[in-house]
Amino acid sequence: MSKLRLATVWLDGCSGCHMSFLDIDDALITLLERVDLVYSPLVDTKVFPEEVDITLVEGAVSSEEDLRKIRMVREHSKILVSLGDCAVTANVPSMRNPFGVTAVCERAYRENVKLDPGIPDQVVPKLLDRVRPIHEVVPVDVFVPGCPPSASVIQYVLMELIDGRRPELSTRTRFGA
Amino acid sequence: MSPVSNIKTLKIDGKDFSARQDETILEVARQNKIFIPTLCDLRGLSTVGACRMCLVEIKGTAKLLPACVTRVEEGMEVTTTSERLDRYRKSILELLFTERNHICSVCVSNAHCELQSLAQRLQITHVHFPYRYPKAQVDGSHPRFVIDQNRCILCTRCVRVCEEIEGAHTWDVMGRGIDANVITDLNQPWGSSETCTGCGKCVHVCPTGALFEKGRSVAEMLKRRNFLPYLTLMREERD
Amino acid sequence: MTPEELEQIAEEERGTQAQFLHRVNVCLAAGCISCQSQSVKDAFDKEIANRGWQRKCQSKGVGCMGLCAEGPLVSTAQGALYQHVTAADAGEILDALDSEPVSRLVCRTDVPFFQRQKKIVLENSGLVDPERIEEYVGSSGYGALMRVLTEMTPPEVVQEVVKSGLRGRGGAGYPTGLKWSTVAKAAGQHKYIICNADEGDPGAFMDRSVLESDPHRVLEGMLIAAFAVGASEGYIYVRAEYPLAIKRLRTAIRQAERLGLLGSSICGTRFSFHVDLRLGAGAFVCGEETALIASVEGKRGTPRPRPPYPAQQGLFGEPTLINNVETYANIAPIIRHGGEWYSQIGTEKSKGTKVFALAGRVLNTGLVEVPMGISLRDIVFEIGGGIPEGRCFKAVQTGGPSGGCLPAEFLDMPVDYESLAKAGSIMGSGGMIVMDETSCMVDVAKYFMDFCMTESCGKCVPCRVGTYQMNELLARITERTATPPDLAMLEELCDLLRNTSLCGLGQSAPNPVMSTLRYFADEYKAHVEEKRCPAGVCGNQAEEAS
Repeated sequence: MSKLRLATVWLDGCSGCHMSFLDIDDALITLLERVDLVYSPLVDTKVFPEEVDITLVEGAVSSEEDLRKIRMVREHSKILVSLGDCAVTANVPSMRNPFGVTAVCERAYRENVKLDPGIPDQVVPKLLDRVRPIHEVVPVDVFVPGCPPSASVIQYVLMELIDGRRPELSTRTRFGA
Repeated sequence: MSPVSNIKTLKIDGKDFSARQDETILEVARQNKIFIPTLCDLRGLSTVGACRMCLVEIKGTAKLLPACVTRVEEGMEVTTTSERLDRYRKSILELLFTERNHICSVCVSNAHCELQSLAQRLQITHVHFPYRYPKAQVDGSHPRFVIDQNRCILCTRCVRVCEEIEGAHTWDVMGRGIDANVITDLNQPWGSSETCTGCGKCVHVCPTGALFEKGRSVAEMLKRRNFLPYLTLMREERD
Repeated sequence: MTPEELEQIAEEERGTQAQFLHRVNVCLAAGCISCQSQSVKDAFDKEIANRGWQRKCQSKGVGCMGLCAEGPLVSTAQGALYQHVTAADAGEILDALDSEPVSRLVCRTDVPFFQRQKKIVLENSGLVDPERIEEYVGSSGYGALMRVLTEMTPPEVVQEVVKSGLRGRGGAGYPTGLKWSTVAKAAGQHKYIICNADEGDPGAFMDRSVLESDPHRVLEGMLIAAFAVGASEGYIYVRAEYPLAIKRLRTAIRQAERLGLLGSSICGTRFSFHVDLRLGAGAFVCGEETALIASVEGKRGTPRPRPPYPAQQGLFGEPTLINNVETYANIAPIIRHGGEWYSQIGTEKSKGTKVFALAGRVLNTGLVEVPMGISLRDIVFEIGGGIPEGRCFKAVQTGGPSGGCLPAEFLDMPVDYESLAKAGSIMGSGGMIVMDETSCMVDVAKYFMDFCMTESCGKCVPCRVGTYQMNELLARITERTATPPDLAMLEELCDLLRNTSLCGLGQSAPNPVMSTLRYFADEYKAHVEEKRCPAGVCGNQAEEAS
């Protein structure tokens, strides 16, 4: 049996979900017997592969770069998993939404900056007006709330998906868990 | 003919129960460990039927009725769970999540929140309606308590406990529809309220982290509500 | 006051009226006043005085004559109706009283607008001076009350109303007689009567017109109701935006009290009834009976779950009868002519007549009273005179924000409670807005949803947040940025609000959306899939194309 192809993507989040993923510890070894980790911030691949079976996405959609990336990821992934509250609800990144992107940039790049204040317009991806959860932008197959979802939940989700089952999550995790 | 009995028999989810005629469907369900989700309801306070979580189906009635205010009737056949009710309850709860800014992960009531736990119980793993992201106020002017409107679901428990139990009527609702808010006095800062006794009952009946004690960090705000049935009982006995 | 004394007042009034050889009635209801009919009335008074005709010709301010679009309207005892009258026309009209009417001002009355109407509620409108109780008495006013007090028992009165088949004219169409008998049978020392005059549907002005044109008719209806159910106190909840109606009601109450028709021991019987006004501060939801009651009690105007119904537990916790203005306005004629007579008008399940405020893209806008069961086509094309500027009929909206839009295929449908409901609209309080091809139905739906969102009280979650979400979705559709899943979500929310909202406002808020989705699905499709507005209403398409 050929191994499934697994990818993980990091959008606007704190990387806590990836840390939690790493927290499955020795189970990583068991996991890697079943899957190939073909793309991830944890591995050194620069280009998202053509075909991926399962993609875990951490983080909300905050910038034009996030938007471009998630659309591309969706296109090349069979199962897209919204991993963690930022991906599922937009969570902490969305706390800027009530204030508007201009006010937030002013505060971050001018008001609180002494050395060479100014809003960057190069290199840094342009922020969207609103931070949005992933499913508001592309269809999502599995939602795993939690901030972050625990290692055991991530392990459970992956093993269920690998075995071709739909993970039952409501008893295992929740918003803010 | 036997005289009109004040004990009614009814069916809930196919099982027979008896109840006093002044009892509501919700009360009977709770006595018999049948779960009906609620948010605005709190034992010891008046009922308002506002959150619509406790809607149930009643045979022979086209409309769904709120279990918290609907009194039992002889021969009533109540259904508390169905695919349809489940769908409506989830949608209503999701609407609440979209209405203001509920960021569980940084909330004082994380893991002790009725909105959060109900979402889990109803198996909500995401919200399919678009979020509103309104700009909501936080009033920390009171020396001991804070109201964070971002987390308010307008259940009006604070309004009711303040009027009905404490007797101060510091809280009320201002504005209509989506612009409605709970306010202290005539929308003055809580800290400058002349009517607030600082009893903190509102804080403890609040189902979410909208009302909390100062100095509590994430997940640290535990609400104590045991006082409520005792107070109600004592008031009733005195009357 | 005895029946004899009342008859004497009537005789005297009729005698006074008969002394005049000529009479000029100037409409002084809000519609005509807003186009300066008061100055027309003043001009007639002055001209009559100048000519020394004070004993020969009476100039009288009266209520609504119906054809509001052509105001100011003036009628004469010789039977002429004049439209667009200005103060400068007074002399010419007076000159013509003994000869042919002034042709350039004549408004023809041999047309369907006047001929096809049947006036019961509006029988005095445009004929009596609403500020003089004597005129109302002179046209059989308070005769029904007299009869009830001297010849009938309360159950007999209720029975007469039951027999008439009258149904609530506020919108829901609950059988009035049944409501009355429930309140009559309800246990309680103190009972209340409430008149709901919080008319809030956009484009509806039936109740305002009745109150401005014939306020005593409503008082008489309330008095009879109070006698029938055993109430001694009543409130008229009228919106503060109706200053003229309020003024005339206040005058009417004072006059009725002075004649002993209102107050303690009415007409020497043990029956007492006091009535007071409560002014609504501009909340649509206060038209919902439990919200209205809360507002009368001085509380925030929010609805509460029913049961208990107001008939059992209403104002201040007491049994309360709450009816709409038009419902009360039907009572006196029913008592005068009998329930049997009333039940012969209209259809099997919808008896009597209904007043409609005809507005929108129709030639004759104004107030009409028609027998139930008349077709929409007759109202729009016969009475309303059809669509102006040679345009095509597209839809008629009935029932305001709680109603629906009906397309041409329903034009031959009889106007009654059941047919309208079956077609996805409601009778409502009587607003009727006609639309032609220049209206975008999605835009119309959005207008009503915006109204419901703004008017939601915010108490229950589905209405408070649901109307907001629906309004946002409709905004996206009209901006043509919506996707097919947005349409599905809109339908999902329609179902949710309808079934889970606390009161009628939220439950019926989806109606304009559902009816347009049902009958004008292609317009939604055009906005969502083809990104265009067929009526050319939504946004600037030329701008987008460039």
